[in-house]
Amino acid sequence: MRRSNTAYWIGFCVILALLIVAPLVLPEFWRRFVTEILIWGLLAMSSDILIGYTGMISFGHSVFFGLGMYCAAAALLTVKPPNLWIALLYGLAGAAAVATFVAFFATRLREIYFSITTLVFSQIFYVIIFTWTEVTGGENGLAFSQPPLSIPGLWSVRFTPEKLHWFVLAVVTISFLVLRRVTQSPFGMVLQAIRENEPRARAIGYSVERYKIVAVMLSGLFAGLAGVLYAIQNKFAAPDFVFFVVSGEVVIFNVMGGVGTLVGPVAGAAFFLLLREGFSRYFTEYYLIPVGIIFTAMVIFMPQGLLGFAKRRLNQ
Amino acid sequence: MAIPLEQILIQTINGIVNGMILALVASGLTLIFGIMDVVNFAHGDLVMLGGFVGAATIATTGNFWLALLAAAVVIAVFGAALQATTLRPLIGRDPLTTILATFGISLVLQKYAIWQWGPSARRIQEPITGNFNLFYLQYPWYRLLTALLAAAIIGALYLFLRYGKYGIWIRATTQDRVMAQAMGIPVPLVHTAVFAIGAGMAAASGVLFGPLGGVTQNIGLDFTLRAFIVVVVGGMGNLGGSILASIFISLLEAYAALIVSPAQAVIVSFVALILTLLFRPTGLFVPTPK
Amino acid sequence: MLTLDNVHTYYGKSHILHGVSIEVKSGEVVGLLGRNGVGKSTTLKTVMGLVRPSEGHVMFEGRSIAGMAPHHLAHLGIAWVPEDRRIFRLLSVMENLRTGLDRSGVDETKRKAMLDKVYASFPVLADRQSQAGGTLSGGEQQMLAIARAMMLEPKIILLDEPTEGLMPRMVGQILEIIRVLNREGVAILLVEQNVPLTLEASSRVYIMEKGVVKHHAPAADLRADHTVIHQYLGI
Repeated sequence: MRRSNTAYWIGFCVILALLIVAPLVLPEFWRRFVTEILIWGLLAMSSDILIGYTGMISFGHSVFFGLGMYCAAAALLTVKPPNLWIALLYGLAGAAAVATFVAFFATRLREIYFSITTLVFSQIFYVIIFTWTEVTGGENGLAFSQPPLSIPGLWSVRFTPEKLHWFVLAVVTISFLVLRRVTQSPFGMVLQAIRENEPRARAIGYSVERYKIVAVMLSGLFAGLAGVLYAIQNKFAAPDFVFFVVSGEVVIFNVMGGVGTLVGPVAGAAFFLLLREGFSRYFTEYYLIPVGIIFTAMVIFMPQGLLGFAKRRLNQ
Repeated sequence: MAIPLEQILIQTINGIVNGMILALVASGLTLIFGIMDVVNFAHGDLVMLGGFVGAATIATTGNFWLALLAAAVVIAVFGAALQATTLRPLIGRDPLTTILATFGISLVLQKYAIWQWGPSARRIQEPITGNFNLFYLQYPWYRLLTALLAAAIIGALYLFLRYGKYGIWIRATTQDRVMAQAMGIPVPLVHTAVFAIGAGMAAASGVLFGPLGGVTQNIGLDFTLRAFIVVVVGGMGNLGGSILASIFISLLEAYAALIVSPAQAVIVSFVALILTLLFRPTGLFVPTPK
Repeated sequence: MLTLDNVHTYYGKSHILHGVSIEVKSGEVVGLLGRNGVGKSTTLKTVMGLVRPSEGHVMFEGRSIAGMAPHHLAHLGIAWVPEDRRIFRLLSVMENLRTGLDRSGVDETKRKAMLDKVYASFPVLADRQSQAGGTLSGGEQQMLAIARAMMLEPKIILLDEPTEGLMPRMVGQILEIIRVLNREGVAILLVEQNVPLTLEASSRVYIMEKGVVKHHAPAADLRADHTVIHQYLGI
């Protein structure tokens, strides 16, 4: 349906334009807010690959995110002068390493057991990071300075809030386009077939294990990327981000926004963060009570999420 | 690296005591899973709530036993209400949906506890203080009492399932839900009742654990995670298995705590889970994998 | 007493029953014949509330029961003996019986009377009272499944392929059981692939093909003239 396709891209361009202009017109707080939505959105998208397209719920995405963050921190603290690209490299490598580990289990375990195992993994890493104080800074985490945006040997410019936002926007947009390409490709179709009916996919002849491994690696890499971006934006890494709560929030973004749509989870992230902002004014730190109730109600009554009704359209 | 024998001895008993408390939590979880395929993410939070209700009861009445009873009853009723409203509509849907739903409930319960009782921990005073002589060591009476009480409750559950009138209903429904209905057994009610029983047992654990570890809001996740591990290692739906696994895991952690810090000892149980999933996914304590 | 009227049932997207109409009067034995997969079991499951019809009516003793939960139907007097027996394998024989016996309205004397009667009718079950259901042979499990249904004191039993997987000499026993039940006034809707047994036991027979009732006649007629049976079942 060519028509909905054009509508999709028009919508995309409009939103992209808005996001480009955002840092120029918004006050500091909201500018930061939007950048954060982008980063969490990327994390949510990466999770959607598993939840929405392959049908594996991961409760441990915080491990990829956290590892991306901590490895980037490691790069920025050990390699002098601090280099953006090396930080990216370290972060992605770290996430990829863990992703391989998790991928191994993904192929051996069914649904529920996989979900529980991912949860356990993220907790293992949390404990390691929390207690290995010499290397990870333990409870206090690691603080470092922001690297410049540079191409070695050519030019270098320090990040301003606007430039950082545009950098993040660029990375997230490219990631989105890449992920979209992947989900639309034959590979993506097979993933969805696996989610719909795994035994049948296997019977048709697909090597389900291989597809799952690639899906987990892909998911882990982009989640790690989000972690690197977060580290660069905030200039610190803390164990809180490896804690289960982050994984839980990612799942919330996915469900609220609509799994299997790629843009849904981003919308879900925005929705959740806005709800949090809004409810915090009235409920202070208890915002999670109404938000949690909304989430549970959505699981029961609106499992397709905010954008789920448009799932078919969005995937064309 | 020689570890004194008495330390090993103490840790063995500690392991058994903690194991019994964990068994109380895990048997409820495995019962619920066995009968309605629900992985109750909020189970640990029921433990936490039980602890708080117990603490509140003690604050007003000063009676530990009353607190134990009150917590179990209140949380059992609450559990029944929860299941009837949020989980019953989900029967027949994708099992992962129930994980998500119970996850959402878990969030709400945790924050509610903070809102209701504040962020600080509560103390529950043990009903009997003092130590007894274990060889040449001093060991607290209360810990022993805890293990005995937990064992008694689990024993009562077993007897109820085996010989009670409704025990047959529960066992039949667990084995074949459809046929049980065709025999006139009110399966939806049985589901709610079992959830309530599981919740009540979890709450009792919370009160028993109170004097040992304090009542705080974040024990929820900890218990849920441990209970999951136990249920998987013991075989999902296998009552006897989860009891053995609880003791096994707790002993492992207790011994590990002799070498590393308690925070790190937890990794041992995680590793046990992973090894089980890799090599004996139906459960370590299940006769033969079919 | 039991009426299905133009019932359509789907499993997901598969249209299994295409407008089935069947009637069983009080105390009757009615047979339902047909090849594999024509929808005989689905018909029984629709009556038992295990599958919901998308169209049509299911009436029992004058009231509509479509959409009612199975455990209510059991209390109304409809008992189901499924195709694979579905004995509670980990429960003992006695406990299996108790799933039907333990209900309100059955006092101690009545319990004892019912148990005595069932053990008299099925002595092999008396011997194996405390054995686990899963350890019984196929024939014994079939006895248990029927005995269990009888504990509900049903007005009608939905009997799904009782002779499947049984040795030939047990077929006679099944026929005898059906006769005894019928003498006590229990109606039976018998789904079978064993034609001779069905013709012997039933007063009327429906023949199904591809989800529809294609033929309906008194059993006597079908016994006398075999051409109809040949036509639909190829026997």
